[in-house]
Amino acid sequence: MALFDAVLELADDHLVLGHRLSEWCGHAPMLEEDLAMPNMALDLIGTARTLYDYAATLEGQGRTEDDMAYLRGEREYRNLLLCERPNEDFAQTMLRQLYFAAFMHPYWQAAAGGGDEVIRGVAGKAVKEMAYHIRHAGEWVIRLGDGTEESARRMKDAVEALHLYTGELFEEGAAEGVDALPSRAAIKPAWEATIDHIFGQALLSRPVVQYPQTGGRRGLHGESLGHLLAEMQSVYRAHPGATW
Amino acid sequence: MTVADLGILRDVAIVDGVAVAKVTPTYSGCPATLAIELAIETALVEAGFEARIERVLSPAWTTDWISAEGREKLRAYGIAPPEEASGSKLALFGEVTVHCPRCNSTATEKISEFGSTACKAQYRCTACREPFDYFKCI
Repeated sequence: MALFDAVLELADDHLVLGHRLSEWCGHAPMLEEDLAMPNMALDLIGTARTLYDYAATLEGQGRTEDDMAYLRGEREYRNLLLCERPNEDFAQTMLRQLYFAAFMHPYWQAAAGGGDEVIRGVAGKAVKEMAYHIRHAGEWVIRLGDGTEESARRMKDAVEALHLYTGELFEEGAAEGVDALPSRAAIKPAWEATIDHIFGQALLSRPVVQYPQTGGRRGLHGESLGHLLAEMQSVYRAHPGATW
Repeated sequence: MTVADLGILRDVAIVDGVAVAKVTPTYSGCPATLAIELAIETALVEAGFEARIERVLSPAWTTDWISAEGREKLRAYGIAPPEEASGSKLALFGEVTVHCPRCNSTATEKISEFGSTACKAQYRCTACREPFDYFKCI
């Protein structure tokens, strides 16, 4: 079941981050971003749906994608801590998106040549979408980092707040030894190159992390994931089996 | 404009008496995917077939599959069709020249990377002043 667990981890990353982005809908600092963030959320949730569906098929217990998303509790979620971090301000949201997309783009590139047909299909689509996410989030990180005194301060605060969660990106988790998926550790040089390229223009530098945070893959989450799931799952749990 | 023009309908074949339509989404989270699948299924049933829809992800849809006729129909509707081949690095990084679907001027500028749907970006023409949707190249 290693492949099942590994697919579920990926699906959880995408759903949780997608839901976080969707929280901006109607609250973004400008209309263009009010369109952009839900659009990026759709990409992530679409990817999550396919992955949940595949996980359910691999499991063969009759669960559906909805059961996976709506009927698992906090400790059963395996997402990266980075993905569940609260939106806070726009600078943090854009940096979180850049950190994630800068990892997923080379990851899907590697997965697109793998031996699993469903993963190849997901990867082929997602790699193009992640390129857009890197560009969009990266442009904002540069604009804010090299912007006003206030925007630069917020961008530096964002790096301070989020960088300690990035080490978890490279932990193999359940994917250890699964042939269909690329090694996560091997993605690190590509990720660092993208971040350095953007940080160089944004007048930011990658900090040395003293106390890296990890645990999402073992179901050990921050307080905020429970709040996110409570909101996301409430309708489905109040009306079990409802369809729309 | 048909789903075949857009390259979304990959194949239709009769398999053991059932009309099987293979459909691929444009973007992973395109909300229209289900509506399109239902519309195809309805059309097949109305034409007297027993119908089944199969969603195929691989190979991934690309804007290169929009037919020449489809591109012309997009333009006539006021949506600028994708400019570059999807493999182009220039297209991926947004360094493209987009023609205005109204006056064909290349004096256009991007307003927003993301438009009214996942597959479009917002542009405006600085020659005729018309804002328009651009079908992003993927």
